[in-house]
Amino acid sequence: MEKLSFRHTTQNALAGAKAQAITGVVASGNLEVLLERALPATECTVEIETPIRGYGEVWAAVVADFVARAQPGGLRITINDGGARPDTVSLRLLQGARLMEV
Amino acid sequence: MSGWRRERAARDARIEAGRAHAAGKVVAAANVVDLLEAILQPGDRVCLEGDNQKQADCLARGLSQCDPARVHDLHMVQSGIVLPEHLDIFEQGIAKRLDYSYSGPQGSRIARMLYGGQIELGAVHTYLELFARYFVDLTPNVALIAGVSADRDGNLYTGPNTEDTPTVVEATAFKNGVVVAQVNEIVERVPRVDIPGDRIDFVVEADRPFYVEPLFTRDPAAMTETQILMAMMAIKGIYAEYGIRRLNHGIGFGTAAIELLLPTYADRLGLKGQIATHWALNPHPTLIPAIESGWVKQVHCFGSEVGMDRYIRERSDIFFTGADGSLRSNRAFCQTAGLYACDLFIGSTLQIDLAGHSSTVTQNRVAGFGGAPNMGSDPHGRRHPSDTWMKAGREAQVTGDPALMRGRKLVVQIVETFGEGLVPAFVERLDALELAKKIGLELAPVMVYADDVTHIVTEEGIANLLLCRTADEREQAIRGVAGYTEIGRGRDRAMVERLRQRGIVRRPEDLGIEPLDADRSLLAARSIKDLVHWSGGLYEPPAKFRNW
Repeated sequence: MEKLSFRHTTQNALAGAKAQAITGVVASGNLEVLLERALPATECTVEIETPIRGYGEVWAAVVADFVARAQPGGLRITINDGGARPDTVSLRLLQGARLMEV
Repeated sequence: MSGWRRERAARDARIEAGRAHAAGKVVAAANVVDLLEAILQPGDRVCLEGDNQKQADCLARGLSQCDPARVHDLHMVQSGIVLPEHLDIFEQGIAKRLDYSYSGPQGSRIARMLYGGQIELGAVHTYLELFARYFVDLTPNVALIAGVSADRDGNLYTGPNTEDTPTVVEATAFKNGVVVAQVNEIVERVPRVDIPGDRIDFVVEADRPFYVEPLFTRDPAAMTETQILMAMMAIKGIYAEYGIRRLNHGIGFGTAAIELLLPTYADRLGLKGQIATHWALNPHPTLIPAIESGWVKQVHCFGSEVGMDRYIRERSDIFFTGADGSLRSNRAFCQTAGLYACDLFIGSTLQIDLAGHSSTVTQNRVAGFGGAPNMGSDPHGRRHPSDTWMKAGREAQVTGDPALMRGRKLVVQIVETFGEGLVPAFVERLDALELAKKIGLELAPVMVYADDVTHIVTEEGIANLLLCRTADEREQAIRGVAGYTEIGRGRDRAMVERLRQRGIVRRPEDLGIEPLDADRSLLAARSIKDLVHWSGGLYEPPAKFRNW
């Protein structure tokens, strides 16, 4: 099990007022994402627990792209990974952010 | 004997020798080995019918039991290397040289045998190309084919999987060759005559029905949201934009997802009747919801698919069927249809390089190409316009007189950036080049050449290669959709953004695609059982797909 943690600053807060959302499942090749509106408006943290070691650089890239695309200011995001591929992580994060907006 | 009819005399002698093991044309399954040893000669070119689906398995077993002292050094010229016996005969010394098209299930073993020098490889062809060579320089001396039933005169009913049979028989029977057909049963009268009896020399009643592979069934239950997202992008960013009516799909999950999104997502976009109406396609079960919803006008098939026979019989407005009611497929004609009469081919691959060359050959798997190099190429012999073809032509044209502009076929690769086991689909250099070097091939086994590919669709976006004007733009467009592979992470981010502004790279958000919609609830069918319901109970899936 590897634990990773990323902290980003955004230009603005994520739209919407939903306090919490959860998406995905912890299954092989999938992941569970918990999103909480719990931080100052232009901060975002992503905590990851993954069973697969050694992909820190890829996780960093996926998270950085997600932050640039979705501007998820104010969110504390926790990922419980089941060995998902980067594209699945990316899609799930975007879906999670949308759930918080709508 | 005249010096101009030697082949005919040799053929007559082979048949004479074979007759010793037959009653008229009919041979008992127990006598197959004797028959084959009588009619085959060392060095013969032999087509052992291995189609995509229908396998002459009884004859394959017989051939593998022949005495290598009598039958050896055969040159196998067949489209599919599918059964273990197809390769056993090379280990036994019965066969020596191979020219083929497709080796899906035997991909790993064929790679080992090529490296080990047990097989002398001619080439890995596209189907139409191998068929063409049957009539020029690879004409079989003996063809061992498969059908459903025959009468005692040899009139043959192939059943819905006619596939390669008419082509193989045409080349063999009319050029002094010997044709042996295995059938599931010998009957008084066949339901329809697919091959006239005077082209069949021997009929073997097989010990069990020939093996058919359900190659084209994709279980919607296994479809991922990534594949759904890619399918949405293909529909909105390519099918809708180019108005694609005439098309061919590969057999992957990405294209199956497109089929399942026609009655839902594409319907919502108002595209019914505008896209995906005329097909060159195997009868994919995942097309059933689109057919039932009135999207599809007609489908011509390369072969059939296990479980689809009753459905096809009841949908003869859509499919090509015989007087008996069952599907009439024909691989050579359908490949020709895909080449000249379709405006789009979309399929998957295992590796794409920085120029856009792709191949399914990897270091440890030689899967062959089947129809993809043919479907996935721009036919320079085409002379009829269509809006789709002309639009693609305009996008590609850089210089020259617009009055002399020709169109372009759309050739789309739809790939997930990572394949099974996190193997990247994007590479610096194709493994195919390494394989070619190792086994001394003059021509590297490339499936689709870069200059034929027009678009690449991944979960990250669409790269439109028609609009790229330099090799550098092309490379960055490819990197720009290569996701988190090393190739993707090595992109020039500023240049990719510029390509995005020009519409060369497009992201889901550029296409107005909502990520939340990439959900399994968007699939018209979410299981094989749903497909059965859509078909009104006419689709009868094979046991391995029944989990209820």
